[in-house]
Amino acid sequence: MKTGRVVGTVVSPQQHPFYDGRKQLIVRYTRPDGTYADDAYAVAIDQVGAGIGQDVLVLDEGNSARQLLSLAPSGPTRAVVVGIIDAVNT
Amino acid sequence: MKLGRVVGTLVANTRVDGMDGLKLLVVTPLTADLRDAGSSFVATDASAQAGPGCLVTYESSREAALLHHPRFVPVDHAIVGIVDQHHCPEET
Repeated sequence: MKTGRVVGTVVSPQQHPFYDGRKQLIVRYTRPDGTYADDAYAVAIDQVGAGIGQDVLVLDEGNSARQLLSLAPSGPTRAVVVGIIDAVNT
Repeated sequence: MKLGRVVGTLVANTRVDGMDGLKLLVVTPLTADLRDAGSSFVATDASAQAGPGCLVTYESSREAALLHHPRFVPVDHAIVGIVDQHHCPEET
């Protein structure tokens, strides 16, 4: 999983039906010290009610995302916000 | 998913069987704040409505093929949806 910060949202009324009703967050990946990892980002499905500005934990792997969203084997998704970060100690 | 801009269409009448009937679009990848982010690629259109000029979300690798489920399609990029609202305020 990766650490990231929610920097925005995306709304797409015309999209693949799987994504209907799922909140899509723009998450820029961060290093453990909180700085942005260059331009690395993902549009992730929100599962924990995260908002803009929050540091979050992002799962970026298809099979786990499908199991999490109980859609195995056919859910066409990969990036999912699975947690809101309270603290990072390195 | 990532963000991209459709910049053109592509026609390839001779193609492998799994790809027949799929619309092919040329897409430029974008950063979170919509700056160009590298070389274009070709994606199929799983939203079935995208055209040149559209801001879109796209998936890659296995998830791109799964967008056309249950059909087996040998594709590595596919457009998920057309972005209506892109809200990405400056540093928060």
